[in-house]
Amino acid sequence: MTIMSERQEESTADSAEYALSVRNLWKIFGPRADKIIGTPEADLPRAELKRQTGCVAGVKDVSFDVAPGEVFVVMGLSGSGKSTLVRCLTRLIEPTAGTVQMDGVDVTNASDAELRDLRRKRVSMVFQHFGLLPHRQVIDNVAYGLEIRGIGKKERRAKAAEIVSLVGLDGFEHSYPDQLSGGMQQRVGLARALAGDPDILLFDEPFSALDPLIRRDMQNEVIRLHRELGKTMVFITHDLQEALKLGDRILIMRDGEIVQIGAPDEVVGAPADDYVRDFVSEVPRSHVLTLKWVMRDPRPDDSMDGPVMSCDTIVRQAAKAVLASEHPVRVVDRDERVIGIVDDDAILRVVVAEEDHA
Amino acid sequence: MSTLAPPRPEAAQPDKSPPAEVKRWVPSSRWAWALGVVVLWIGIWALTKGNDTLALAGRERTGVQDALAEFRDKVIASRGDNPLIQLTYEIGSGFTSLVDWLQRMVSVENFPRPVPEIGWLGVTAVAVWIGLAVAGWRIALLIAASFVSFGVFGYWSDAVDLLIVTFVAVAVSVLVGMPLAVLMGTGNRAVNAVMTTFLDVFQTIPTFVFLAPIALFFGIGASGAVVATLLYALPPIIRVAGHGIRTVSATTIEATDSAGQTRWQRLAKVQLPMARRTIVVGLNQTTLAALSMATIAAFVDGPGLGQPVLDYLKTVNVGGAFVPGVLIVVIAVMLDRTTTAASEYGERAARGGVDLKRRRIVLAAAAVPVLVCLYMSRTYPWAAEFGDSTWGPRLADAVNDFFGWFTDNFRDLTQGFKDLTSAVLLNPLESLLAESPWWLAAGALLLLAFVLGGLRALVPTLLCVAGLLYFGLWHDAMITLNMTLVGTVLVMVLALVFGVWMARSPKLDLVMRPLLDAGQTIPPFVYLIPVLALFGITRFTAIVAGVVYAAPVAIKLVADGVKAVSPTTLEATRSTGSTTWQEIIKVQLPMARASLVLAANQGLLYVLAMAVIGGLVGAGGLGYDVVLGFARSEEWGFGAAAGISIVLLGIMVDRIARAAAQKTSR
Repeated sequence: MTIMSERQEESTADSAEYALSVRNLWKIFGPRADKIIGTPEADLPRAELKRQTGCVAGVKDVSFDVAPGEVFVVMGLSGSGKSTLVRCLTRLIEPTAGTVQMDGVDVTNASDAELRDLRRKRVSMVFQHFGLLPHRQVIDNVAYGLEIRGIGKKERRAKAAEIVSLVGLDGFEHSYPDQLSGGMQQRVGLARALAGDPDILLFDEPFSALDPLIRRDMQNEVIRLHRELGKTMVFITHDLQEALKLGDRILIMRDGEIVQIGAPDEVVGAPADDYVRDFVSEVPRSHVLTLKWVMRDPRPDDSMDGPVMSCDTIVRQAAKAVLASEHPVRVVDRDERVIGIVDDDAILRVVVAEEDHA
Repeated sequence: MSTLAPPRPEAAQPDKSPPAEVKRWVPSSRWAWALGVVVLWIGIWALTKGNDTLALAGRERTGVQDALAEFRDKVIASRGDNPLIQLTYEIGSGFTSLVDWLQRMVSVENFPRPVPEIGWLGVTAVAVWIGLAVAGWRIALLIAASFVSFGVFGYWSDAVDLLIVTFVAVAVSVLVGMPLAVLMGTGNRAVNAVMTTFLDVFQTIPTFVFLAPIALFFGIGASGAVVATLLYALPPIIRVAGHGIRTVSATTIEATDSAGQTRWQRLAKVQLPMARRTIVVGLNQTTLAALSMATIAAFVDGPGLGQPVLDYLKTVNVGGAFVPGVLIVVIAVMLDRTTTAASEYGERAARGGVDLKRRRIVLAAAAVPVLVCLYMSRTYPWAAEFGDSTWGPRLADAVNDFFGWFTDNFRDLTQGFKDLTSAVLLNPLESLLAESPWWLAAGALLLLAFVLGGLRALVPTLLCVAGLLYFGLWHDAMITLNMTLVGTVLVMVLALVFGVWMARSPKLDLVMRPLLDAGQTIPPFVYLIPVLALFGITRFTAIVAGVVYAAPVAIKLVADGVKAVSPTTLEATRSTGSTTWQEIIKVQLPMARASLVLAANQGLLYVLAMAVIGGLVGAGGLGYDVVLGFARSEEWGFGAAAGISIVLLGIMVDRIARAAAQKTSR
């Protein structure tokens, strides 16, 4: 979890240069969809819009930025528009309005050739149902992106072999996809996405089709790869646990609209509305909240002899030390200034509330 | 007609239909209305029978038919100056010289040589080697046996000619069809819809009807045969390969698109390789369709085994027709097994299941005896030309003896079956259809179309009825329609009995399915031969041959439909204590009704195709008119009108059945 806080630092420190920047993105499916944006109809709820115009709004006026190296999770239930959103980023689905920029390149106005170049070199995607080529061996599936760039067989196979080994598929280079388990197939999908050495990786619910144990392995794999390669990642999921585990920041979507964007502890600690609150109500708060969310202002009579902890420490990790300490823990910010106090009561409130839930 | 489109979408997802209790009423009330129309029809028929039947007396012809003949004369007269006709003749003569050249290479004497350039031994050796290369040694053996049987039974040239026509036509079909398949597989919905409709209509046209117009524009002989064959063989590859390309996993396309591929890369590296299996199925169907058309092309003097079959059928020599007929079946089985095995073998090779190095060595080693055979076939007369053998005539005699014995002993049985069916089904229905005044029959057909299929059936039916009236063969059309309907009833009886039985008994399925598959590969022409022996020159022969021809596909459709009924539903039914009979009647058949209607649709088209070919062996109606048009130049217009009427009839029954199926499955 310390990794996570480091990453967070990066993302807040460097906010001028974004890896990905999305502005007022719309996707409306249906006839004459482009005519709707800007009219009062655009503000209608989904069902009403469908009834009046026959159009369905997949993505409604979405804007966000992703910093280089950040893991940005888009979370929502099925039908919330998250898969449409991620496809609009590389124009697998053509957005109706708005702009998408990657490293300053305007994706939305790119020509076919520029778009192809972007997809080949800058950004690649991992899909829920893998989308592997059944007639090719693992190694050639992984090398596919390099192949269509026109890289010679020897070179691309060498590069692919490297990646295959990076994702832990040594020995399966010459298997065919249908000879592999689901988890291994998704490793191939991951390797294929990594082979072109892109700057940005997009994941569209990559682990939803896998069983829980394999899913956990794969999540850890993503964390490991992120640590080793430091790629920017946009990760789509409907699983809140997954979002909290992987995300530096989380965007929660509902009916095509943004409900909240924030770090995991913000989403849990300060839900934007009842929808999000309901969503996060089952989350073990002590696993997500940091001391920042449970501390109180120091009072004059507080003992200042307790240990010092960073405000970004997760409650669960701090619990033992706080409860063992005679004196309340002093919480400090990044500049080592004391900004609050955490005592046994504060910890127990979070932990006991969880017990009640269970 | 011998080919099958991939299962039509409406039948593909029978379990998608909404809960049964809502619509249980819809079909039954629909059928009740239909019954009402029929009762009304019979009522009026009883009073007006025999009036206005539009039957043509003797050699009478209508103005439209004469106009068609005039058109023919004009086309023939304008061969010199009309660029379009010149072009078609140019194409035709191109095919003729290609076939002619191939014939001189492998099947007939190449003057001044008394024998072809390559004798039978060389041809067989090369064919076997190709079989070994594409499909393995088992297929190579099958090919060797097949080719030797051509010679042994004395039909070497005819069999090889049939193969030549088939291959030339298939090659052109693939060249023309694959780009169209790609267009259909990758084009937008409108392109797809237009092409599907076009192919649907095209595939309702019975083989027989192709021949006259094509012979007119491309000439008779090899040219007409090749053009008719390739046109007939074109739809399966377009449809099946297009379907294969279209159904390539969308996720994979998306995933590879997101890697930045061009359209061309998508086609060449993703869509075509992933659709490979389906494309080969399309190739298989195209080859078999080509074979069946190439056989029937004997009517326009197309070279091949169809000619001896036709000659013997004309003289009702069943044994004589049987021998080339069996060889046609041999060719069908050989082509079917080879294309299927080649696809499996290719799949295995692509997956590293074949040792490529060893294979190369084997093929190189096998090439040596092939070269020796080639050399011998050019040097020694015995290896160039098959010696005369008595096997063919002996088999013919044996078959004649057998059928003679059979009819002597079982005449009562076949005659009884024939009489019973005639009395119960054929005669009453024919009387109703053909002896009704035209306005009554037409009105009843339109009403039935509307009741069963709604507006979607009514409009095409209206057009087709108008067309039938226009071309002046209404009475004959009704006779053919009657044979088709009776045949379809019999087909459906067979399909229901065996289809349900197969679906309920995996053992029976295991035994029947290969037989049915084999049955589907046999060109329709061949079915006439044994049935002719049993029932002689009557309309009944055509009907029974049609039933035999249509039964495999209908049985398979019903079996698959019944089998697709969810096992959970069946289990639930059983747990309420249903008897087997109740299970079939109340659950399996109602839930499989879309497949039943589809089976009836296919049955109609197959039986119609056969009822038309049956014109040759005594079936009256339009089939006879077409044959007459072939036989006498002055009746050309008459035959052409009959051909067009058959097409209209086919489209009409197909559209009604299809609209009814759509209504049923909804």
